[in-house]
Amino acid sequence: MVPIHAFLLLAVILFGIGAFGVLISRNIIVMFMSVELMLNAANMVLIAFSRALGIVDGHVFVFLVLSVAAAEAAVGLAMIITIYRNRETINIDRYNLLKW
Amino acid sequence: MDWLTPLIFAPIVGSIIIALVPSKQTETIKGVSLIVSIITFILSLFVYAQFDKLGSGMQLSVNVPWVTSLGIHYHLGIDGISLLLIVLTTILTILCVLSSWRSVTHGVKGYFISMMLLTGGMLGVFCALDLFLFYIFWEVMLIPMYFLIGIWGGPKRVYAAIKFVLFTMFGSLLMLVAILYLYFQYHTYAGEYTFDILKLMQLPLPITPQHWLFAAFALAFAIKVPLWPLHTWLPDAHVQAPTAGSVILAGVLLKMGTYGFIRIAMPMFPDATMTFMPYISVLAIIAIIYGALVSMVQKDIKSLVAFSSVSHMGFVMLGLFALNQEAMQGAVIQMINHGISTGALFLLVGMIYERRHTRMIAEFGGLAKVMPVFSAFFMIVMLSSIGLPFTNGFVGEFLILLGTFKANMVYGIFAASGVILAACYMLWMYQRVVFGKVTNPENEKLKDINWRERIILIPLVVLIFFIGIYPSPLFERTEPAVRQVIAHIEKTRQAKMDLQRVDDNTLALREEDANTAPTADNGGEE
Amino acid sequence: MADYLFWIPLLPLIGFLINGLLLGKLPRPVVSAVACTSVGASFVLSLLAFFDLKALDPAARQVEQVLFTWIAAGTFHVDVAFLLDPLSAVMILVVTGVGFLIHVYSTGYMHHDKDFGRYFAYLNLFTFSMLTLVLANNFLLMFVGWEGVGLCSYLLIGFWYHKKSASDAGKKAFIVNRIGDFGFLLGMFIIFWQIGSLEFTEVMAKAPVMFAAGGGLITAACLLMFLGATGKSAQIPLYVWLPDAMEGPTPVSALIHAATMVTAGVYMIARSNVLYLMAPDALMVVAIVGAATAFFAATIGLAQNDIKRVLAYSTVSQLGYMFLACGVAAFTAGIFHLMTHAFFKALLFLASGSVIHAMSNEQDMRKMGNLRKYLPITYWTMLLATLAISGIPGFSGFFSKDEILWKSFSSQYGHWALWLMGFVTAGLTAFYMFRLIYMTFHGKERMDSHTRSHLHESPRSMTVPLMALAVLSVIGGFVGMPHIFGVANLFEGWLAPVMHSKGHEAAAHALASAGGDAGMEWGLMAASVALVLIAIFAARHFYNKKPEAATALADKMTGLKTTLANKYYVDEIYGALVVRPLVNGSLFLWKVIDVVIIDGFINGLAVIGRDASELLRFVQGGRVRNYATVFVAGVIVLVAYFIFG
Repeated sequence: MVPIHAFLLLAVILFGIGAFGVLISRNIIVMFMSVELMLNAANMVLIAFSRALGIVDGHVFVFLVLSVAAAEAAVGLAMIITIYRNRETINIDRYNLLKW
Repeated sequence: MDWLTPLIFAPIVGSIIIALVPSKQTETIKGVSLIVSIITFILSLFVYAQFDKLGSGMQLSVNVPWVTSLGIHYHLGIDGISLLLIVLTTILTILCVLSSWRSVTHGVKGYFISMMLLTGGMLGVFCALDLFLFYIFWEVMLIPMYFLIGIWGGPKRVYAAIKFVLFTMFGSLLMLVAILYLYFQYHTYAGEYTFDILKLMQLPLPITPQHWLFAAFALAFAIKVPLWPLHTWLPDAHVQAPTAGSVILAGVLLKMGTYGFIRIAMPMFPDATMTFMPYISVLAIIAIIYGALVSMVQKDIKSLVAFSSVSHMGFVMLGLFALNQEAMQGAVIQMINHGISTGALFLLVGMIYERRHTRMIAEFGGLAKVMPVFSAFFMIVMLSSIGLPFTNGFVGEFLILLGTFKANMVYGIFAASGVILAACYMLWMYQRVVFGKVTNPENEKLKDINWRERIILIPLVVLIFFIGIYPSPLFERTEPAVRQVIAHIEKTRQAKMDLQRVDDNTLALREEDANTAPTADNGGEE
Repeated sequence: MADYLFWIPLLPLIGFLINGLLLGKLPRPVVSAVACTSVGASFVLSLLAFFDLKALDPAARQVEQVLFTWIAAGTFHVDVAFLLDPLSAVMILVVTGVGFLIHVYSTGYMHHDKDFGRYFAYLNLFTFSMLTLVLANNFLLMFVGWEGVGLCSYLLIGFWYHKKSASDAGKKAFIVNRIGDFGFLLGMFIIFWQIGSLEFTEVMAKAPVMFAAGGGLITAACLLMFLGATGKSAQIPLYVWLPDAMEGPTPVSALIHAATMVTAGVYMIARSNVLYLMAPDALMVVAIVGAATAFFAATIGLAQNDIKRVLAYSTVSQLGYMFLACGVAAFTAGIFHLMTHAFFKALLFLASGSVIHAMSNEQDMRKMGNLRKYLPITYWTMLLATLAISGIPGFSGFFSKDEILWKSFSSQYGHWALWLMGFVTAGLTAFYMFRLIYMTFHGKERMDSHTRSHLHESPRSMTVPLMALAVLSVIGGFVGMPHIFGVANLFEGWLAPVMHSKGHEAAAHALASAGGDAGMEWGLMAASVALVLIAIFAARHFYNKKPEAATALADKMTGLKTTLANKYYVDEIYGALVVRPLVNGSLFLWKVIDVVIIDGFINGLAVIGRDASELLRFVQGGRVRNYATVFVAGVIVLVAYFIFG
């Protein structure tokens, strides 16, 4: 049986990669994927504890997160496409209309 | 039967109806606004008829729980003071709708929606007996006024509108803090959460918090009055606002301040009232003289009238803080008078502005020749503004000065000098606008006022003379209310002093009182 | 009898309302008919009231009519109520009588004016206000009339509003009067404060109890009321408006600025005689101001060339006499002179109006001369009035003026210096009045040929009032002949119930004891008559026989002449000391205190807020990754805090 801290470690690594990706990437698609990564890192923690403690609540919550993430991915990608049509770039640094 | 709720909500419902009219049908919008304002006026007449002039205390009360968990009630009720202000508000609203008939050309729908909401807010303030409700209405009228100045105003309208809102918000936030303090304090005292003004009045407060609370309320109200030196928003707002905005601003909004003093700040904090009395009186006297002097040198008629408002409202404040029956009743009447006279002045200025698109005194001259009827109305209103006997202005001013003189001779003397100065600035302005030869060719083709404009002015002129010659109906209605305010202040102070005496256990205070009390009577016996 | 009393002021008010509301819609004859009828009817009612009052027992001659409560607040209560007693009866007769004649005269004088209706509306409004003033039964209602006449004076002085000088003069009159009213108001406050009422009967009854005689409060009250009187009745220091008021139509000058309104101050003091007798210091001030004004204005009158200005300064001077009388507690004499002065001064003004009318609106006496040939009725009536004002025995002015001079000498409040000033003034008066007569009606014709061709005697509507007033000027004095003539002084007897106070009886007693000195009274009378005759001959010498002598004399004293011609530069001094500092001070308040300091502070706060935001907005860089970095850093800090904190 894999000990729980292994799962946690994996989750931390995934989350770190995700956060790092959001911070350093200029590509909005990449940023988006990194966000998904962070979400899944959180899911992993939920699953791990659920299994370790024998309570199904974690599972239920992960399904909720997954469905929300799916919806979010749809909306998010749609927004990215719309913005891309307007600005003709997916470089996040060029999306600075809200500045000042 | 509840008369006050329909009164307050008639204009608000009216604004919703106007919102449903397509914005291109401007004539329909104006018609609906006129009908709504007339309905409101008729409702206020019903209220006037229902009001028992002999009865003391709050009348026509409505008290239903609103937000029970927080102890907020929908509590309305009026006394003589609110009654008169309500009628004044509804009259001025009709006149404002009429005066905006031609002068508002863009955004007609929004304009009249704002007017109606404003009216509802003002009526609400005068009826509310629950501090929470009062505060809501207080803020509600701020927003339409902001739009009226900011959208339909003159060239510097945005500056004026923002200045107006910031000044007022600054004061009202402090007031909110004070309201919350009272709310929690009352809970510790009586174990009940309430915003009810009448209940909160019974709350005994130590002297220091009273001072702070009074200061917070007084600041909010003094900004509205406006008391010197918090007056600088007024000239800007007046000059930039459209005619109807100025009329409502001068006629009713300024009264909110003095009304707040007499309804909330003074009866709730009697000791603080006594402490602050000399300071506020002095500020009021400064306002009287300063306002008059500054308006003397104004070049714009509207800002002249605005500064004269500062001066006149100084009289009202002085009268309120003389704390005797004569001066306070004079002050209440003067609140009404100022609404009528200054409202009429702004309407008159609006009429010539519509024709010439300028308000500069130097641009005019010789109007008596081209616009004789206008000049006659202008003359009557001007005379009422400088307080000529048998016009409304005199009754109020005289009583205020008389009462102030009784309370403090020096204040009386200084304030009375305002009477001279008022004549100076008004007559000088009138001379430059109306008398003389027509020097500016643009003035030669001016048309005299038409029937619509006459209909606007005639009710005000009738009121000017009616109040000036036969003010008894007004005095009869305000008398019990004012007496009650004074009695409340006296009673609370007396109770506290008795308490102090027992605490002190010394005879010093009592001796001092015994010495001063007979001297007050001596004057009558010598 | 009280039931018709309120109609006396009400009728002119109705006339005003008809003419005012239907302005420009009524034909001229209707306008004048309405105006004259309303005042005429009011005069008839006044006569009726007078005889009804006379029928009563002297002690009961006091009729009040309460119409309604005007202001009632707290302990303050004032009614709109009228009081008829001997004093107000005399006043309403003078006001409506002289007023009626002047209304009639105006129908002729103003015939060509396009604002005929407005003129008569104002005139009726004035009559209403003046009647309210004299009939009021309390100080506040009197103040209503007091301000009302001031308003009408303002409107009528500025009647020809297109002339800047006219509207200036009107404004000046109103403002100067307001300064006086300020005093009146404060005086009323003191009275109410001490007595608790403003009703005359109550005030007069309670004053001796409530006030300490000669105390500071009563003196202050009297002096403040007197300040009001100096404004309304054009005394030093507030007389400056009256000469300028001559910008108005001449009948207005006759009615308002000679016969009625300007005497309101005298009436007011006579009305409050009880109060003044309790404040000897105030009385002294009244007497000194009165005498000084009489003398001062007379000297200015010597050097004026405008016919109406001479009369204006003469009015100021004669009003000074009336105050001198009041100041020496000879209130009856003051009212007596008020009445005779109303007759002869109204006549003088109306006659000068007739002259101006004939001269095509020329008012400069240097351009007149020998007018008696063209205007015989005007000449003779004016001459009679001049004889009356100069105090030639037998004419009305003689009796009243002599009474004042004698009282100022003999009264317990009098002094020989006061008498001397009055005496010299009498001489000056005779001199400048005859100077006017000689310059206008005698000597060479100095007008241009165009004007001469238009010279004509005035129409009947103007000359009849002149003749009526001339009769009154001649015989008006016989109602108040001095005691030494061995006849009863009817006027004094009539007014005695009003001047009923104890103090007054003491004064009368003192007078009676001094009255033993009949020789003295005869002597003084003879002296003043002699002085007047000398003055008349001097005027005849300088302005009729040898005009060059006058010029030569004037050349020798150019300094004095320019000072007098410029009215001692009082207007200029007031301008420099009061008006200009006030305007500049106000400008300072506005431009510096208001705009720079107060608004600067407020705007400064706004600027601070804005600049702070300006700095903070750099945080909002618009780069999503920066926000994310801050966000992650925040999370790390929070997590660290919860784990290690």
